[in-house]
Formats: sequence, structure tokens, C-alpha cells
Amino acid sequence: MDTLTHLADGFTIALTWQNLGLALLGAFLGTIIGALPGLGPSNGVAILIPLAFSLGLGATPALILLTSVYYGAMYGGRISSILLNIPGDEPAMMTCLDGHPMAKKGMAGEALSLSGIASFVGSIVATWGLILLAPQLVKIALLFGPAEYFALFTLAFATLGGVSSTNQAKSAFAAALGIGLAMVGVDTQTGVPRFTFGEVHLYDGIDFLVAIVGLFALSEVFLFLEHRHGASDAAGKKIEIGRILPPVKMIKDTSGTMIRSTGIGFLAGVLPGAGASLGSFLAYALEKKISDKDGTFGKGDPRGLAAPEAGNNAAAGGALVPMLALGVPGSGTTAVLLAVLLSLNITPGPLLFTQNPDVVWGLIAALFIANFMLLLLNIPMVGLFTRILMVPPRILMPIVAMVSFVGIYGISGSSFDLYVMIGFGMLGWVLRKLDVPLVPIILGTLLGNAMESNLRRAIAISDGDWSALFASPVSLVLWAVAIAGFLLPIVVGKVVKSRMHGARQTAQSEEMDATD
Amino acid sequence: MISKATRVAMAALLLGASTLAVQAEGWMPEAPECIAPANPGGGWDFTCRQVGKVMQDEGLIDKTMQVVNLAGGGGGVAYAETVNKRNDSDDLLVAASSSTATRLAQGAYPGNTVDQVRWVASIGADYGVIAVAKSSPITTLPELLAQMKENPASIAVAGGSAVGGWDHLKVLIAANAYGIEDVRKVKYIAFDGGGEAVTQLLAGSVQAFTGDLSEAKGFVDSGDIRVIAVLAPERLEGEFAAFPTAREQGVDALGANWRGFYAPGGMSDEAYNAWVEKVATLYASDEWKAVMAANGIAPLDLQGAEFDKFVHESIAQIQSLSREIGIIK
Repeated sequence: MDTLTHLADGFTIALTWQNLGLALLGAFLGTIIGALPGLGPSNGVAILIPLAFSLGLGATPALILLTSVYYGAMYGGRISSILLNIPGDEPAMMTCLDGHPMAKKGMAGEALSLSGIASFVGSIVATWGLILLAPQLVKIALLFGPAEYFALFTLAFATLGGVSSTNQAKSAFAAALGIGLAMVGVDTQTGVPRFTFGEVHLYDGIDFLVAIVGLFALSEVFLFLEHRHGASDAAGKKIEIGRILPPVKMIKDTSGTMIRSTGIGFLAGVLPGAGASLGSFLAYALEKKISDKDGTFGKGDPRGLAAPEAGNNAAAGGALVPMLALGVPGSGTTAVLLAVLLSLNITPGPLLFTQNPDVVWGLIAALFIANFMLLLLNIPMVGLFTRILMVPPRILMPIVAMVSFVGIYGISGSSFDLYVMIGFGMLGWVLRKLDVPLVPIILGTLLGNAMESNLRRAIAISDGDWSALFASPVSLVLWAVAIAGFLLPIVVGKVVKSRMHGARQTAQSEEMDATD
Repeated sequence: MISKATRVAMAALLLGASTLAVQAEGWMPEAPECIAPANPGGGWDFTCRQVGKVMQDEGLIDKTMQVVNLAGGGGGVAYAETVNKRNDSDDLLVAASSSTATRLAQGAYPGNTVDQVRWVASIGADYGVIAVAKSSPITTLPELLAQMKENPASIAVAGGSAVGGWDHLKVLIAANAYGIEDVRKVKYIAFDGGGEAVTQLLAGSVQAFTGDLSEAKGFVDSGDIRVIAVLAPERLEGEFAAFPTAREQGVDALGANWRGFYAPGGMSDEAYNAWVEKVATLYASDEWKAVMAANGIAPLDLQGAEFDKFVHESIAQIQSLSREIGIIK
């Protein structure tokens, strides 16, 4: 009951015309920022910090503006994933897998609005989770030492095979390539530069936004250039948009998916260092394991769209738990928000909830407001966004290229990143020709470093005793799930495949019989 | 515009006529710029933005300080940019700290040395702390170091910098001062930032924490961790006065993460002297004292030649420690 009183206080702080206006502005800007390839939530928030300060906003209004941008960008990331097969930011990567096929099937409108609803469910449940469970959740974060983190990341890679490709060897190759790319840069454990060739720009490693924009967006542009005289122009114009609102049945079918994915995404968000990308990935992987009985995932299954969207938005809410309660950011964006809090003279940490209740509860109320704004803003705008599909590729592709270059240059202000991005564009083009999935590469670059450093930390703490990796109940459970996730598709997959094969053959022969 | 003018006027009134006189005859940058060699949000970014704001409030610059974030290579990209492309700029300051000095000392900025830029001034320091969890049986620094000396494997120390980074060096300075001969035996575990390191201390993965006071403050207030030593020359002021220094426990160890600025090597003497003067005036202002108090920054008041000497000395100390642990040869 105490909580509800606080929440009511929060709403009285947050519900002023100025704050509502700021939430609307933030939600709108955030959606746009998220939709543009190369601009994700973290640089979106970073770009708008000066705006918040130059407007002379107080702590609560500034936070309302910036969290609206944060949530808005998490919503917006899906738009370009679905429409263009180019993730707007890293957590939206998994949304491509089923979102874009849906758009191709002429269901772009449904895909956009369904993902909007999934995002809404994910973040609203996560916000309640933040309110009710923050103190308990902190204890979960404290159960995770280096050994447990290593087991968690292993789990992510072990379930990778079933997710992104029919060819497990190609997935494994792509993941290895990603982990290899993650090794570039100064080793965080010893400070020794690796694979940098004396180039100071490589000391911080390869920014995964550069990799994503190169691999997905630029390679798309290269493919277009290659087929310039081919059929792509004609194909572009005929794409159907479909209806704006998803049928009720689709929402009903995906509601179980949304709830499960929200749970997983939220937990992944709570763990510092895991974040939204892992949340959406694990949500998709699990949903595929549970629901994909007919092999429709990856071909435009609405459940394959709802899972990562609910997952990554729930993770965005979850990531606020360690940031507020421990002062440890769970993701890149919360790191930026943390810096904002510090410069507003608010020290996040165990005492934040008691020392600055107005800020915390104002912020939480702002999250609710931002969520409703985003839902209201997004559903009517679906019609507008889908117009992008009407733009012929010969106009769209140069815009994609331009936005990519501007966005990446904006991150670091160095032309070196542009060369790296072009390199990734070429790589993406080649890999697409070879039918190698791109998602494992990004996952590898995202998680490779954290996985390696946690392994080394765990071993260093135990003085070289490898059994430390299996010492706690949490890590044992994670290892068991990882092994099951790796082996089951190989064993069960064969059985299912042969059965499906058999079924298809009988179906085909029946058809043939019928036509005869 | 009106509000800006009023603010400047108010600042001038508060400070009295002396500031007005200084700014009337002194050199003024045409387009003041501050490079923060990291993404928005870190310590360097904070240095640029806060100093820019206070300088403008105090009328030390008549235009807004433009802050440019030039991340990469732990500050190396910004250093190379300053040396190679901006060497003649009179309007440029670059934020720096102990980690700049550490990386220069260890040759981590390829091809760059400390003498290629002009060191302007410090604006304060964050003193290092060594802390343990509240449930730990260890209550003093000598107890911790004694156990480290006897059984190095039993104490894992967590910090937010890489091996050989400033957080690591701080604990080695203390170990060295206590008489641990082979500092390589000290078990240091590197995490991504002080916050993560504190969390692992709370989780019980490690036995001690080395970092800055500002990183640990929230957990000290809540009573989850216990600061067993501050690596400052004497006890800090205000709420921090309760923490014992290493010195008073018989361990003569100092570790300050200073913050300050360097400027391009080819900056004219006129501009350099003016910037030194401006940072000195800033440091003396009440507004800056308030900023320092709010952010737990301790005093470190060095300008011009004095600051240049300080940076050179600390680089020499870091080099000798780094040689001992084998980071450099």
C-alpha cells in the first residue's frame, strides 16, 4: 500500500502540462531516433542531454524527457527492422527475423501494430515489476558473480543454433566470427591491445552499431546496386501494407508469447551487463523452442515478432532496476541515464528510494505516461510509417546510405568508423551471398567480450581452478539449460524433421492423388 | 540573451569589481572549445561541461564553451588529434585525469609523449579508497595488507580499471608502502567500471574494492560497504571525515585521481597564461566550491608550471610501478 501511495505522489509530480508535453516530445523524437539505423537509444539519449540542460529543466522533467526518448527509441527500433530488414538499434536485430518476412507477405501494418502492442505489454509489465520487485530483484543481481555470467552467456550461444539459420554450421561460423571481432581492442583485463595494428581508433574495439549498420544497412544498399537493373524496382512498388490493426485472433494467439517473453526479457535486463539485446535474443530462442512446432518461425510468424519486441522492451524496464538500486547500468542507455542523474546531483544506489523518493516515483510515473503516449502515438502512425514501403528503392536506398553515414559519423566524429562500416558492408554483402546468417555475428560482437572477461575473472578469483565455474546452484542450472538447449535441437530436431518430411510427402502424394 | 547578460552581471556583482577588471583587459578565446576524450557521461565529459558552465557564469569566457566528445583509445584519439591537427589552436582545452597520465606512462598512446602538449591546471581530485563488505572480518588497512602478504591468494581485490590501470596501481601503492615486496602477487580482478566492482564486492565474489570515493559513496551511505582507508594526505572534509587515511594507519600511501586540462603544444604563451589564470579564478570561485562539494571532489590546486611538474612526477612514479609488475619493460 505504501508503494501505491508513493506512486500516486509520483503521478502528481509527473502530471503537469509541461511534463506531459516533454513526454510527448521525447516519445516522438525517440521513435524517430530508434527508427533511424545507426541511432539507437543510447546515442539518442546522449544527443538530447544538452537539450535537457539548455532548457534549464529540473531533475524530474529532465528525467521524464530522457526516459521518454529511451522508451521511444526501444519502440522505434522495430520500424526499420520490419519495413526494411535493417535493425534501427541492436535489440531490434531479432525483430528482423519474423517482422520483415511478415511485411513481405503483405502484413506490414499488422506487424507494426502488433509489435507496438507487444512493446507496450513488455514495458508496462516491466514497469510494474520495477515498482513491486526492485528491492528483491537487486538480490538476484547479487547472485551473479563472474562464473554465473559466463554460464549465462554460454547459454545464449548454445541456443543460437536453433534460432537463426537452418544450417547450424553456418550459424556457428557466424558466431565465431562475431566473437573474433569482439577480441579487437584493448583487453580489459590486462590493458594489452589486441589486433589493433597500432591503430588508436581500434583501441576501444569495434562499436557494434558500426557493425550492425554496415552488415545490415549498407549490405542492403550494395545488394540493391548489384540488382539495379533487375527486378527490385518493380517489386518495391507492389508491396502490400495490409490492415492497420492486427486481428483480435492474432493478439490472442500471441498473448502467451508476450507474457513469457516479458518475463525473460525483464530478468535479462535486471542483470547488469546482459541488457536488452540478450533479453530479446533469449525471448526469441525460448519462444521458438516452445511454439515453433510447424517450422514457421523465421518465415513471418507473428509469435516470432511479438517475442523479441516484448522481450527487449521488458529488458529496458528491467535495466532500470540495477541502475536505480545499485548505480550499475544494465545497458549502454542506462549508463547514459546514470550520468544524467549524477550531473543532476542525484546519486543512484541503495538509498536512492529513501533519499530522493520524488525523483524515483516521478520517474516511474513518467515511464507509465511515456508508454501510453507511445501506444497512442504509434498505432495511428502505422499508416504513415508504412508509406516508407511505397518509396521506390532507387530513392530509399540512397537515403538509407546517407542516414547510415551521418548516424555513424555522429557517434564518434571520426572518419575511421566510416571505413570500418564500409568494410562491414562488403562483408555483409559477401556473407549474404553465402547464406551465412548475420544475427550471430552481432550477438558474438555484443557478448564475446563480456563472456571472455567473466571467464577470466572467474578463473583468476579461483586461482586457476576451473571447477569454480560449476560451483554455485545458479551456474549449475544455467549450464543444464545450456546443454539441453544445445543438444535437444540436434536430437529432437532430426526426429521432427524426418516426421515433417514424411508428413509433407504424404500430403504431396495426396495432392497428386487428388489432381489425378 | 537578456538572461545571460543578467547572469553575467549578477556574477560580476557577487564577485566584486576585481573579476571585471581581469576580464576587461585579459585575452579572450574567440570560440572556446573543450574536448572530452570519452562519450557523454564519464568523468572527462563532466570536467568539460561543469567547467564550461561555471566559467561562463563567472564571466571568464564570453561565449558558451563548446564541448566536443572525441572518444576512443582511452583518450588516445583525442591526444593524437590535439597533437596532429589542433597543435596551433589557442581556444582549445582537453580534459585529462590520472588515467591520461597512466596511459602516457605506459606508452598506451602510440607515438605520443607527455611533452607534446601544455599542461594547464588541475581542478580537483578524487582520492582513492580501499573498502571491504560490511560483513568482512577485516576492519583496518594493515589487517587487509597483512593477510595479503601472508596468503596473497585469499584476497581478491576488485577495481574498475584494467590491470595496470589506475585502480590497480592504487592498491599496489598501498601494498608497496606496507612492505609487500613482490606486488605481482596481489590478486587484482578488473571489472568494467567501479559500479560493477562494488556490486561484485556485495555479491561476495571478491574480498576488497579499490576505486574512487565517488564510486563508492552510495554504498557507504547505505552501510553495505566499509571504507578502511582513504589514500589522501589528511582526512577529507565534511561527511567524509569519518574515514581513516592510510597514512594515519601507518601505511604511507597516496593515490589521487586528479582531474584537469591540457592544451595544444603550439598554443601561444599569451593564450596559455590566460587559460591558466582563468582556471585559477574558476578554482577560487564559490560556485566551483559548491560543484566540488556536491560531487565529492577533494582539493588539488595546481596551475601552470606547478601542474606540469606534478604530471611529470606522477608519470615517473607510475612508470616505476608498471615496470615492477611487468606492464612495461
